[in-house]
Amino acid sequence: MTAIANSTAHSIVEASPRAKAVAGTIVILYAVISILPLLWIAATAFKSQSDAIAYPPKVIFQPTLEGYVNLFTVRTRQTPDFIAKLPPATTWYDKLVRQHDMVIAGPSKVVPRFINSLIIGFGSTFLAVFLGTLAGYAFSRFRIPLADDLLFFILSTRMMPPVAVAIPIYLMYRQLNLTDTKLGMILLYTAVNVSLAVWLLKGFIDEIPREYEEAALVDGYTRLQALRKVVLPQAVTGIAATAIFCLIFSWNEYAFAVLLTSGEAQTMPPFIPFIIGEGGQDWPAVAAATTLFVVPIVMFTILLRKHLLRGITFGAVRK
Amino acid sequence: MDKMTTIPHTDQARIAGMGEPGKVRSRTRAAKRARGLSDRTMAWLFVAPTIALLLAINIFPLVWMIRLSFTSLNLSMSYLPLRFVGLDNFSDILSDEDIWVRLQTTAQFVIASVALQVVVGFGLALLINRRFRGHSFWTTIILLPMMLSPAVVGNFWTLLFQPQIGPFNYLVSLFTGVPPSSFSMTGEVALAPWTIVLVDTWMWAPYVMLICLAGLRSIPDYIYEAAEVDRASSWRQFWSITLPMTVPFLMLAVLFRAIENFKMFDMVNLLTSGGPGSTTELVSITLKRAAFEKWRTGYSSALAIILFVTVFGAANIYVKALNRVKQR
Repeated sequence: MTAIANSTAHSIVEASPRAKAVAGTIVILYAVISILPLLWIAATAFKSQSDAIAYPPKVIFQPTLEGYVNLFTVRTRQTPDFIAKLPPATTWYDKLVRQHDMVIAGPSKVVPRFINSLIIGFGSTFLAVFLGTLAGYAFSRFRIPLADDLLFFILSTRMMPPVAVAIPIYLMYRQLNLTDTKLGMILLYTAVNVSLAVWLLKGFIDEIPREYEEAALVDGYTRLQALRKVVLPQAVTGIAATAIFCLIFSWNEYAFAVLLTSGEAQTMPPFIPFIIGEGGQDWPAVAAATTLFVVPIVMFTILLRKHLLRGITFGAVRK
Repeated sequence: MDKMTTIPHTDQARIAGMGEPGKVRSRTRAAKRARGLSDRTMAWLFVAPTIALLLAINIFPLVWMIRLSFTSLNLSMSYLPLRFVGLDNFSDILSDEDIWVRLQTTAQFVIASVALQVVVGFGLALLINRRFRGHSFWTTIILLPMMLSPAVVGNFWTLLFQPQIGPFNYLVSLFTGVPPSSFSMTGEVALAPWTIVLVDTWMWAPYVMLICLAGLRSIPDYIYEAAEVDRASSWRQFWSITLPMTVPFLMLAVLFRAIENFKMFDMVNLLTSGGPGSTTELVSITLKRAAFEKWRTGYSSALAIILFVTVFGAANIYVKALNRVKQR
């Protein structure tokens, strides 16, 4: 890494301009092709029902907000006579819906599901990062008997197949009345995330020189004060990166959510595939939900790009 | 136990057993004794909540499940008294031909998708490592699919794969002339296994790429410069420098992807839900059906334990590989 940074412009290792151009072309081509599915979904969200299922698939179309309106509302089909008798539509979305002989009957479940995703995501992230910071600090700074075995145990819990884990959790939660509750999901996601948090935060804290704390201890701070006033401020970036990783996991998680929730605590991933209209999946609405769901992830990925490698290797590879 | 006398010992033991320079401490004992909780108490206070949570949410249910795996519990008939059947569930599973077919399907999926991801990911890493203009922007774009929810990915690819209205078949027909409605990526026995491999590779080749890129960047320039002085061809340089020095990183990526794909559920469940027939029914989907549709809890507990043991073994190897990479 440093060797590369120090290498001069005329280094033999530097690729020739032609080699660079070829590499650039292939990589950009791959990137564009791999991003196409996402762009297609983002575009489908702005299609009308008939454009979304047109053959051949439409690349150019008249954009409409129907998909988003359908996502947020429940509608009923009415006769044109009935609609004509109604007082004139007051909002743009009422007008949009009435064009299709429909009337808005109420809000859909998407907002509660979205809020569930937020509560469960942030709740489990906060707990996991809190526990992970404490444990990561302890593993980094103290001599803990069997530390390697404990760390392996912590990591191995994350590797277990979720469907297999869900079987006993389902039985346990039934006994404890935690099935389909936000608390149950927060606890479960915290347990899954804490392993990642411990490993990542141990790595981040390992990188903070011990000398700072030692100086603070000599100055009369207690360990706890030294942790709060010296270590934590230096670990802020690491803690933030860890938090985003935990948040993304909880946000994206599907297996536990679909097996352990049905309504009250259901998050977005199990909800999105079941947004249905008249006769099957309402693709523009599904695409709209997917877009809203994915946009935060895209932003977080851009924020995280320097720490991605660490996050996906449990802190082992740091660049 | 007397903390005052044990702490100096542990300190000495650490210094004697050093090896990692980062672990050496010069902390003065006076400062440590002076105030606050002892380090040992604090270490336990800090680690205990995490361990307690994992014991409650992971280990306790696991032990419970081990007990259930010796019973014939069926939740749809839970009025029946709990009957212990010994190892019957395990012998049923291991002698069930269907389970072996599911395991085979899973193994084929793991091997094909990981192999493809290695080829695509390593290739991309080599190209990106040439550091053309704008490479970091395009790298971020390429990484996006792996950050998405596998379930949502599985769901929206079903739209892209729709024979009539989906753009995928249409694009294929543009390039090959095969009529777009003449084949269905998710509905045909011959195509569906490749469909899940394709989507998985779309999602996870970037993962292999990112780790390989770290491996490539860990190779110091002077090695290539020495090879250049010795007039080694670039082909030779690739085989004797680039590849061997990236292999530990590649191994890490392969192991992790293999473990993840072995337990794959969400993406495939939404893309093909195991179909058509059972051509893409991975073992996790079988488990889900046994546990949450047929409610054969005893039987599925036994199957879950078999999967646990497999993953646990693989995870063990994975952590060893992690540590090897760390030492570099």
